[in-house]
Amino acid sequence: MVAVINYGLGNVSSILNMLKKIGAKDVVLVQDPSEIKFADKLILPGVGAFDTGMKLLKQSGLVDAINIHTLENKKPILGICLGMQMLGCSSEEGKESGLGYLDFVSKKFDLKNSMLKVPHMGWDYVSVEKEKDPIVSEGMSSMKFYFVHSYHAVCKNAEDVLMYCNYGYPFAAAVSRGSIYGVQFHPEKSHKYGMQLLSNFVKV
Amino acid sequence: MLIQDQGLVKTTKFSKPNYLGDVINAVKIFNEKEVDELCLLDIGASIENREPNFSLLEDIASEAFMPMSYGGGISNLEQAKKLFFIGFEKIVVNTSFIKKPGLIEEIVHYAGSQSVIVSIDAKKKILNGYHCCIEGGKQKVDKTPQELAILAEKAGAGEILLNSIDRDGTMSGYDIELIKSVAEKVSIPVIACGGASDIKDLKQALKEGNAHAVAAGSMFVYYGKKRAVLINMPDEKELIAGGIYEV
Repeated sequence: MVAVINYGLGNVSSILNMLKKIGAKDVVLVQDPSEIKFADKLILPGVGAFDTGMKLLKQSGLVDAINIHTLENKKPILGICLGMQMLGCSSEEGKESGLGYLDFVSKKFDLKNSMLKVPHMGWDYVSVEKEKDPIVSEGMSSMKFYFVHSYHAVCKNAEDVLMYCNYGYPFAAAVSRGSIYGVQFHPEKSHKYGMQLLSNFVKV
Repeated sequence: MLIQDQGLVKTTKFSKPNYLGDVINAVKIFNEKEVDELCLLDIGASIENREPNFSLLEDIASEAFMPMSYGGGISNLEQAKKLFFIGFEKIVVNTSFIKKPGLIEEIVHYAGSQSVIVSIDAKKKILNGYHCCIEGGKQKVDKTPQELAILAEKAGAGEILLNSIDRDGTMSGYDIELIKSVAEKVSIPVIACGGASDIKDLKQALKEGNAHAVAAGSMFVYYGKKRAVLINMPDEKELIAGGIYEV
């Protein structure tokens, strides 16, 4: 069962629609901690501000169940956009602590010496670092995904970076360690490319 | 994509709407053609003092797997929240920017600047210069497009959708002077719209007009001299060949 976490933030409808489109079976929207234990995989969406996201997630009472799923049972989890940033330790955007599954902090794009504007908004190409990773398809290094964000993950360990993207400078477009995955872009808004990535995650 | 009475239409100079077909069908086709972004505008909503048609929009959103923006009849924060919830990334505000001061700031505060586009409909004055319109071009506003753009940026809008009423539906090329004159007054992206007929026009608006992005209607729904209704879009290779990415 693929459980999409409903804690009050994030493009939940679009994610559910894309999962339906790719034919993923047994997809459930969960908001009760007791439902999490039945999930084989979790998807953590998120759009908006870091503190708002972490506060809502903590208030939802789901954090313990998500920790058990991810850290104890080592079952797959995919964080999308803000959801990916919440998998890290903290963000410059706020004061709350993240879930801490991966060792990174999220920082604002430093584009002082560039004509580029923040947020990084639009379609952009990614380059894959770990070609053998299960959620990556062949040829993903020439695929575009849709990004909308002002903050990006800065990983302590280079091996945690799954994909890079370039916006003024290279930044982590996706992260992974074991069965913990995070994508900064929106697969649910990246039509066939996003469908491929979500398909791969569902099959992990 | 212009919606009127739940159908897809195309106007000429903001009037004489021509029915093209079913909106959802069109969205499915644009999906397959991998369009970068879809902008849906309900052109009857503000004039008819109507809310967005949420049930139609929910159906549309369930078919679209790319970023979507919606405009038409948005007059309060609750409507904007509902639109974000059903899967729209950005909302477009035109009439309410003038009639409901403070609304843009409210929505920006809730969802961020990147989620709000202010749409400016510009019409040439008889002698010189331009004024703006609201309510689907029916009501005149005594401000220039440049003045409105500056106010929109101040209010926190993330982007400006600049429509040339005179070029709309004519496929006679973008109004480059208009686009340039607005783009140089603001630091937020300006999306040019109105008059595109081919890739050369798109490139011209980007290169000479300094538009950050280009939007088109007729170019993507009509084909050939007789303007047969056919949804068509240049693919990535054609855009690269046309020099769009060199700008």
